[in-house]
Amino acid sequence: MSIPLIIQKLKAVGLKGRGGAEFPTWQKWLWVKQARAKKKFIVCNAAEGDPYSKKDGYLLNHFPEEVIKGIEIALRTIDNSQAFIYLRQDYYQKFRNKLIKLAKNLPIKIVKKRGGYLSGEETTLLNVIEGKEAQPRLRPPYPAQAGLWECPTLINNLETFYFVAKIYENKYKQTRFYTLSGKIKNPGVYQLPLNWTIQKILEQTNNLPKTDFFLQVGGIMGEIILSSETNKPLKGLGVIVVHSFQENPIKLMRGWADFFNHENCDRCTPCREGVFRIEEMIKKGKINFKELEDIFFVLKQTSLCPFGRMVPLPFESLIKKIILRKK
Amino acid sequence: MKIIIDGKSYLAKKGETILEVAQRNHLEIPALCYHSDLKIKSNCRLCLVEIRGRKGLFPSCSTIVEPGMEIITDSPRIRRARKINLELIFAQYREECQDCLWGFRCQLLNFARKYKIKIDRFEDRKKNYPVYQFGPAIIFDSSKCIDCRNCLEVCQKQGVGFLETKEKGAFFRIVPSSDKNKDCIYCGQCALHCPAGAFEGVGEFEEVEKPLKDKNKIVIFQYAPSIRTTIGEEFGFAYGKVLTNRLVAGIKKLGVDKVFDVSVGADFTTVEEAKELAERIEKKRDLPMFTSCCPSWVKFVEFYYPQFIPNLTTVRSPHIILGGLIKTYWAEKVKINPKKIIVVSIMPCLAKKYEITRNELFIQDKIKPVDYVLTTRELAYLFHRHQIDLRKIKPRKPDNPLGFPSGAGVIYGASGGVMESALRTLAKNITGKKLGKIKFKEVDGIKKARVKIGSRSLKIGVINGIGKAKEILEKLKINPSLFDYLEVMACWDGCIGGGGQPVPTNEEIRKKRAEGLRQIDKKKKVRIAQENPIVKKVYQEFLTEPDKIHSLCHTFYSHKPRVGFKILSANQKNNH
Repeated sequence: MSIPLIIQKLKAVGLKGRGGAEFPTWQKWLWVKQARAKKKFIVCNAAEGDPYSKKDGYLLNHFPEEVIKGIEIALRTIDNSQAFIYLRQDYYQKFRNKLIKLAKNLPIKIVKKRGGYLSGEETTLLNVIEGKEAQPRLRPPYPAQAGLWECPTLINNLETFYFVAKIYENKYKQTRFYTLSGKIKNPGVYQLPLNWTIQKILEQTNNLPKTDFFLQVGGIMGEIILSSETNKPLKGLGVIVVHSFQENPIKLMRGWADFFNHENCDRCTPCREGVFRIEEMIKKGKINFKELEDIFFVLKQTSLCPFGRMVPLPFESLIKKIILRKK
Repeated sequence: MKIIIDGKSYLAKKGETILEVAQRNHLEIPALCYHSDLKIKSNCRLCLVEIRGRKGLFPSCSTIVEPGMEIITDSPRIRRARKINLELIFAQYREECQDCLWGFRCQLLNFARKYKIKIDRFEDRKKNYPVYQFGPAIIFDSSKCIDCRNCLEVCQKQGVGFLETKEKGAFFRIVPSSDKNKDCIYCGQCALHCPAGAFEGVGEFEEVEKPLKDKNKIVIFQYAPSIRTTIGEEFGFAYGKVLTNRLVAGIKKLGVDKVFDVSVGADFTTVEEAKELAERIEKKRDLPMFTSCCPSWVKFVEFYYPQFIPNLTTVRSPHIILGGLIKTYWAEKVKINPKKIIVVSIMPCLAKKYEITRNELFIQDKIKPVDYVLTTRELAYLFHRHQIDLRKIKPRKPDNPLGFPSGAGVIYGASGGVMESALRTLAKNITGKKLGKIKFKEVDGIKKARVKIGSRSLKIGVINGIGKAKEILEKLKINPSLFDYLEVMACWDGCIGGGGQPVPTNEEIRKKRAEGLRQIDKKKKVRIAQENPIVKKVYQEFLTEPDKIHSLCHTFYSHKPRVGFKILSANQKNNH
């Protein structure tokens, strides 16, 4: 089988998934394209569960035509396929009608997300669309092998589909969408070059704080970095949150712990119980670093899905770079 | 293919998981949420192993073997991860070891010892979680739940779905359903598949111990067919080991006055059920006939499928018939006031605790045929409490004040046994000949056969598991002539896999238990119920009038409202 032109183009420009995992898009497309099955599915993921990210909403508001175009290209590339646009509740209310209109006769269904943050995770999303409990699935099989109703399924972030349309028209300029927030003057969503450093992004959007600061990059599960570490492009989810040293880092951790404790699926021991204990410790204001280290160890080593494995990163980097450094 | 575990080579089949290979070869990897009856959930995260050449830890329950895979089941990293995860499991769990039926058989405690964990490293997260009681049968202490979700799956597999998850605060909890269209059928499979002892029968120890001390009471224990092949497990005997005489000796040592074998009652059930089947076939009425010795199945029909109530045989279950005969026929013979008699049934079952509360079964509307039900697990606990060790006890022959059971009565404990017993009797009654071997064909988990008795060819089916039964009921709605006679047991492989049996229970163990019962049957001289001398005698001397037969051997059914659950405070629980 020859490789379709669009997949060759995706490979040539090096497009990576914009949901945060940065998996090469062309590879997913090729797997699903080449999978042998009578029926295949495409999912456009606009769950946007990260509390700091706003770019999917921004794209739905300003560029829905391109998003539909991107899905249409996928539908044409992958035989016998059907598509779903998976929208978080507020986007569903706001954009459903507009998307139905734009989709015209294309086999695209608009579905509403159930559940919280985790329902944006790709295997959990499959369960939600199938009407099952919002819980992650064991991998393998991967969605490209057996996704929706056991059929090969291509799942891409909404922004990825937007750029597929651009690449198709040879109008892609190696950019991405960033959501900037926190202690800055001009928060918002910006389309900027991929290779800009975080420092340059803050400068060019006129968001560089006057006093020293630290940042969380890549979303609520992203790493904490110091202002001295901003001379590199952003990895993961396109989210930058700027914090000032006036803020209480414990309060910041408490916010994360609350969020993770509420948003996890409660299925595996380290995540269900470990995250609860992190929250408990922070709430009580008595942080036992030995205990934290143990919990982080099992979260990273033994969690069932990436969620649990990623929980320790923001805490560990904040503790190391900010809390312990202050002392 | 060959794989290597801890430096030794083992054979593995394609598609097997590491844990399956390890368990087959008796290599110990701790696993709590894994149960071979159920889907792999991989959520306790204890069965972690390392794989040479790969980064990180892997759950052995969900990792499929590959040729040449080199697996390490113990290392400082593995130990550390298991230890912390165990501490986190204990952190949610409220321990009550001194009152727990499991005693030395508790996996959780064994792992805690092995990994030297601090079980109180964290404050119990669930200490204020409620304790529920389902009907008169089951206690669910949700403060002991470790969120493995085995109960949820078995309850769904049973087609009942009484257990659900509910999000409250930051957590999903397992709760009994508030849906008015759902009710628990007390099969107790949740208790059998829970790795943490969160489900148990409603304990009746104190009520049982009181009359034992009371000189004015005559206490009678009767044990169900399957107990003789399962009680040994609680004392370290091999699976399926037949221990009738040690069981009797143990019961006697408790101070029990007389010990009866429920299999004798089963012979009466068989005779009556064969009669009823012959009658229904003759009149072509209410077919297929359903067996009714399983109270969970009866409750399922009454609550979920009342349109099939006429199909249930009206014959009482063996221990109810025997209890009734003890309090009437036997009491008269030995000249004891039936009010002084306390009958305790040892059952493999939690639903039997519910069955004895059905007032349709009371004799002359007032005498309970059976006063208390203890499960196999509870009897073992009672033995332990009285320092009775079945390994050390001198076996005693059963006194069987009413005589001995036939082989037919004994196989009641295994799936297919009730039907086979009834057909043996039916064949003998109609043709005068022995029933040939029934050749079952298993299709979609249902054993089907055609049995020729005289000029008739009967379509029979044996089902275990309510989920399967539900499928058949749906088919019978459309085509009632699919079967003439159906045996349904709620528990997988029948009563030997009952909700009151020792933990663990799985397919392999159930097979061995059933084999034990079949061996007894093969050795019996009398293998047909109506040839049992005691059955003949009772029918000659006592069960002579239709009314009397009816009041002791038959019952009736009706559509029942939902019983649901109630919330108990911790101190309202009995002996758990």
